[in-house]
Amino acid sequence: MQSQQTQANETARPIVQIVKLQKDFGPVRVLDGIDLSVAKGEKVTLIGPSGSGKTTLLRCINYLEVPTSGHVYVAGQLLGEQLEGGAYRRLSDREISRMRAQIGMVFQTFNLFPHLTVQQNICIGPTKVLRQPPAEAKALALQLLEKVGLADKLLAYPDQLSGGQRQRVAIARALAMRPQLMLFDEATSSLDPELVGEVLAVMRQLAREGMTMIIVTHEMGFAEEVSDRVIFMDKGAIVETGPPHELFQHPRHPRTRDFLSAVLQKKPYR
Amino acid sequence: MLPDIVAVLLRAAVTTIEITLGGLAVALVLGLLIALLRRSHVRIVAVLGGIYVEVFRCVPVLVQLFIIYFGLGELGLRLAPLTAAILGFGLNGAAYLAEIYRSGIEAVHKGQFEAAAAIGMTRGQAMWWIVLPQAVRIALPPIGNYGVGLLKDSSIAVAVAAPEITFAATNLINETYLSTQIYLVMALIYISMSLPLSYAVRSLEARSSRGRAR
Repeated sequence: MQSQQTQANETARPIVQIVKLQKDFGPVRVLDGIDLSVAKGEKVTLIGPSGSGKTTLLRCINYLEVPTSGHVYVAGQLLGEQLEGGAYRRLSDREISRMRAQIGMVFQTFNLFPHLTVQQNICIGPTKVLRQPPAEAKALALQLLEKVGLADKLLAYPDQLSGGQRQRVAIARALAMRPQLMLFDEATSSLDPELVGEVLAVMRQLAREGMTMIIVTHEMGFAEEVSDRVIFMDKGAIVETGPPHELFQHPRHPRTRDFLSAVLQKKPYR
Repeated sequence: MLPDIVAVLLRAAVTTIEITLGGLAVALVLGLLIALLRRSHVRIVAVLGGIYVEVFRCVPVLVQLFIIYFGLGELGLRLAPLTAAILGFGLNGAAYLAEIYRSGIEAVHKGQFEAAAAIGMTRGQAMWWIVLPQAVRIALPPIGNYGVGLLKDSSIAVAVAAPEITFAATNLINETYLSTQIYLVMALIYISMSLPLSYAVRSLEARSSRGRAR
């Protein structure tokens, strides 16, 4: 298991710090004491079999799942709770939302708002949550759509777009909030194979621009190409971690080796 | 004779429409409020909302009208029959519409709540901007069908002497004994009001299928 990193000075402060994170769903322990630190600008990929807890871990980082015990810090701030007089008080919905606005998330099922146009999908966060003037939000939306290659779809509705296009819009929507980090929850798993490339291209571009990214994926080729660090999880715990080349070529733990041989057999390098 | 009968019943039809629209308006607003209260994280609020729905759905609307018109009357609050009818159907309808709204909200994909939360929206913002617009679209056909049903249920208001069609027809029959003709005209008037409404609900159903999350 990863040893707990101590917080150094301000400039080296990790953007995500997870301490002894435990998550139970009823009697099932899905996360069993996770310690993890992610530095600013780092790209971390979580891999592992289904049920390993990697999606749950990701969802704890923006408090979509509430930890059973343990703490999550984002940009130095404790997420979802506050230490008051020795005890932890659960933060209000408003306070939690304010912190979530700094964390971008891209979902496996895209989750675009179907009753809004692409432009409205992207602008609604900046206008309603950040209270930006609509004109400013619209300009940003166009800029982001150009970045993901969909400027001509400004006034389209989500049901008029392909899966790959929807996911690119979803990425633009998350970026519109100018987040400190981006979480990707199996962003390409729902896509037809020929549409995966266009989404990975956007993610690759984001990585090059220095965005902090935590990615859950089955795309091992992409993980190896883009990540600074790969973390293999199994049964709710971190089994092994390391730079991609090292972990993929020379896995140390037998479970890592078993998983990689099963997965890499089927998936061609993309 | 017949033209006079038709004229009287048509005038009463206006009241029928007033009861239907008035009751529906009250039910639409109050029903939404109750549906949202039932989702409150404050336990007592949610429970009270649930009690409202159960009580108003378990008591026949005829009895509710009696309580509002005669019961309140005995306590000193005398309402006009039309007001009592609108209030009665409104309060009763709110319970049914609260359930329809609830189904609509629950039919919205959970990912929509999560995506709204992920961009920093509070629960209230997510409900107002993202979930309710979708939930209402889903709920429109059942709401429309409820409205069509209410048009016919308005005849129950005869029991509190609201001057709607059934009341007018009953009085006419007492005066003229022309029951068959009067019942026929009455039925035709109800049909001529219900059919366009049914048609409108069906076309609403067709149009509102845009904007469904997949």
